[in-house]
Amino acid sequence: MCRIGAVKSKVPIHPSKALHLMLPQQEGHDNSGFAMVMQDLFGIFSGYKDKPLLSLACTQQGAHLVEDYMDSHNFVQLAEWIPVPDKKPNLDIKAMPYYIFRNYDYPEHVDTKEAREELLLDTRLALRKILDDSGEGYVYSFWPDVLTLKEIGDPRDIATYFRLWDDNGCLVARNIIAQCRQNTNYDIVRYAAHPFFLQGYTLCANGENTFFTKNKEFQKSLHRGYIGYESDSQNFLYTLHYVLHELKWPINYYKHVITPLPFEELETREDKDVLLAIRQSLANLEINGPNTIIAGLPDGRMMTCCDSKKLRPVVLGGDDETVAISSEVCGLNEILPNRDTTKDIYPNEREVVMIGNDLEVTRWKQ
Amino acid sequence: MEAIKVQDIAVNDLPWRIEYDASRCTRCGSCVAGCTFHAIEFGVRRQSMTVSKENTPMPEHTQVAVTVVKQSSDLKNACRGCGMCERVCPNDAIRPVRNPDSRKTLLSRDNGPIKRGGRTNLNAQRTLDKIIVGRISQMTDPSLDAARHTFDIRAPFGRVLSAKELPFTLSGGQLKMKKRVPPVKWIYPLIFSDMSIGALSTRAWEAIALATAYLNEKCGLPVMMSSGEGGMPVKLLESKYLKYFIIQIASGHFGWNRIIKAMPHMVTDPGGVLIKIGQGAKPGDGGLLPAEKVAEHVQAIRGVPKATLSSPPNHQGLYSIEESVQKMHLSLNAAFGFRVPVAIKCAASSTSVAVYNNLLRDPYKICGGFFLDGIQGGTGAANEVSLDHTGHPVVSKIRDCYLAAVKQGLQGQIPLFGGGGIGMTGNAAADAFKMICLGANGVFVGKILIQLLGCVGNENGRCNACNTGKCPTGICTQDPRLVKRLDVDRGAQKIVDYVLTFDQEMRKLMAPIGNSSLPVGRSDALVSTDKAIADKLGIQYVC
Ligand code: SF4
Ligand code: SF4
Repeated sequence: MCRIGAVKSKVPIHPSKALHLMLPQQEGHDNSGFAMVMQDLFGIFSGYKDKPLLSLACTQQGAHLVEDYMDSHNFVQLAEWIPVPDKKPNLDIKAMPYYIFRNYDYPEHVDTKEAREELLLDTRLALRKILDDSGEGYVYSFWPDVLTLKEIGDPRDIATYFRLWDDNGCLVARNIIAQCRQNTNYDIVRYAAHPFFLQGYTLCANGENTFFTKNKEFQKSLHRGYIGYESDSQNFLYTLHYVLHELKWPINYYKHVITPLPFEELETREDKDVLLAIRQSLANLEINGPNTIIAGLPDGRMMTCCDSKKLRPVVLGGDDETVAISSEVCGLNEILPNRDTTKDIYPNEREVVMIGNDLEVTRWKQ
Repeated sequence: MEAIKVQDIAVNDLPWRIEYDASRCTRCGSCVAGCTFHAIEFGVRRQSMTVSKENTPMPEHTQVAVTVVKQSSDLKNACRGCGMCERVCPNDAIRPVRNPDSRKTLLSRDNGPIKRGGRTNLNAQRTLDKIIVGRISQMTDPSLDAARHTFDIRAPFGRVLSAKELPFTLSGGQLKMKKRVPPVKWIYPLIFSDMSIGALSTRAWEAIALATAYLNEKCGLPVMMSSGEGGMPVKLLESKYLKYFIIQIASGHFGWNRIIKAMPHMVTDPGGVLIKIGQGAKPGDGGLLPAEKVAEHVQAIRGVPKATLSSPPNHQGLYSIEESVQKMHLSLNAAFGFRVPVAIKCAASSTSVAVYNNLLRDPYKICGGFFLDGIQGGTGAANEVSLDHTGHPVVSKIRDCYLAAVKQGLQGQIPLFGGGGIGMTGNAAADAFKMICLGANGVFVGKILIQLLGCVGNENGRCNACNTGKCPTGICTQDPRLVKRLDVDRGAQKIVDYVLTFDQEMRKLMAPIGNSSLPVGRSDALVSTDKAIADKLGIQYVC
């Protein structure tokens, strides 16, 4: 079983905070990897918040291929951070030779928001294809103010390797979503590790998607960005993206898509015509197994919700400065020991809980 | 020595032989009276006997004439193996026995093609029994509790739009429906298939209708029943129960005169309309109602004289799918103000995917369901050559259609319903569940319903006399004396009980794979012990 967690803070935090959130829960996540998406970056990326940031892990050859592609597509490099790893002996990490985090300026002619969003996605997909075909690396995200790091190994050692315990102010962000386990259902590949990212949307999930085949067969034809399917949790991200970004429906309809109300309940609703139509048209996006989802939205808000039978745990708690979401409360106790625990929220099966950018927590029933 | 005339038909040429024990028989005559086919009659047989007529034993050998029950060797009156004689005999003196050396098939073509009812006896193979629900939820992905969780066992019936086509507007953070969308009803995924009044006795039809209404009104299961070609009683058309019925229009358009006349008096819309293009049991053949079965009330409902009623093989005037969509779908949709789903039923065929693709791509978006009827479907009357040698199995065809839709991202837009052989072994829930995992939204059943009412026919050549007007169970005949054999209330109850168990069994199948909604297209839940089937359907082969 996975354990997932997220921290949202008014003041930028180090990745070590996310690690402290996750490590007490290690009995449930088996320590087989570490992955995180950081958003709203500070530290060395402060000056480039509006410039797309490429996160990749690759070989030297892979780095060349990426550079060639970016050059020939008129992306101008603005800044770069290549972590210098701490290569202590006996670290449990299957490290790639290079980790590159690089800001680019947009090509000149692309100036609308929509065009930029599409270009960034197309570029990431193209880079992924180049690296996949050559077997020379992995590209995780290409988006302004978003950094992704994924690696296979023991999370503590991965953190040591990337000097994440140093808390040196270089790598900090207001939002971090993290997970400490590799995929155990399918092959161990880096792309299978949550959180997943697409055009500003970040998502990780704890559970089994029993409608994986249905979801996948449907999503494949919905959008060019819905690819991979190395993990059965990618489906939740694609559905989130489809509902919010493609259909442009308000966030409260996401829950209606993934865990529609039973027909009996639908019948009693005032908005049953809309809800029934959604259930009908998006029947193939329903999830029907145990799950908890934590998602980050492009504007920085975070949300969490569960499957319709509440077969997976999640808890949310915090103080004025920081709010965190965690599979288990022991994670919260570790990083927020002084919070008012009576205000912790254990969302029920029909609830969605949202953390706003001012850390105001809202919750509603679907 | 008597000359043997080998051209004469003998009882040992017939598919069933009567096993009769004269020593048990009390000559009560029940069997002879009960056999609707005149397959047995009383006769006299000379018998050697040792008798003693004196006060003291004086055994004497003698020859006596005794009355016995004899089997007719006439092909027309051949025993059907229905077993009514055995049922009615108080002394266990008689029963039919299958004759493996029957020559009937060869010898009964003197007057043209052999006609019979029932389903194919030659292609009754059971693909679905080679498939197992093999993906069991355990550990991290728990099985559900069949008794505790809510299970949504419903299927859409109607044209489903893609999410992008939904006419939503946004107001105050809420989506609102801007204009009407095609009607979609969420019905029970088990549809009572189209058997007409005419093919069935009115009483048998009533029993099924009664069960339908009961399941809806008392059990909360929205089971739909298709009328079959030939219309419905006006009383029902004008009742509130009409909403549970799918009215069928087939190539003969029988009964529509009455339906149209009843329209202004209808208090509710019908549950749906089903355009029957073809039928799995006899694809390419129209409906056939032999004159023997066109009783007075059938003449009234259909608006016809007493004569053999043959529906043409095609809807006259339909030359292409596009045209069919325009003419029939549009006019039938319009007839009920676009409030009622209009679906289409075709015989499964190697061309079914092309038909489905055309329907999926139709710009009017008014086809509300695609019913595919496989070769194992039953019928009241057909040429045996059609029954046994034409048609297409439904399992792989449903899968093909589903995957064709998947390829275009259109799965679920025109709900798929599969029929023809569902429940052949009595296990309709398991059959339905596997069909659903392969991509069907639901299934339709016919034969199993009349079997629940008492029909003794099967795919091993038993009875299958539905075309003769002599149905021994009173189901498939209009002869009032025979119809009396059917207890309508008990029959309806049998169907209700079966469906309630079907519902429980569906839960028992959904729970272990961890699903509370129907796993339409969840082929990963299935495995097959047959490599060829696994490959064809795209599921895991296991052994
Ligand atoms: S089995 Fe049926 S058809 Fe045959 S003799 Fe008995 S009652 Fe008649
Ligand atoms: S019992 Fe009646 S309905 Fe059944 S096969 Fe015989 S004739 Fe047909």
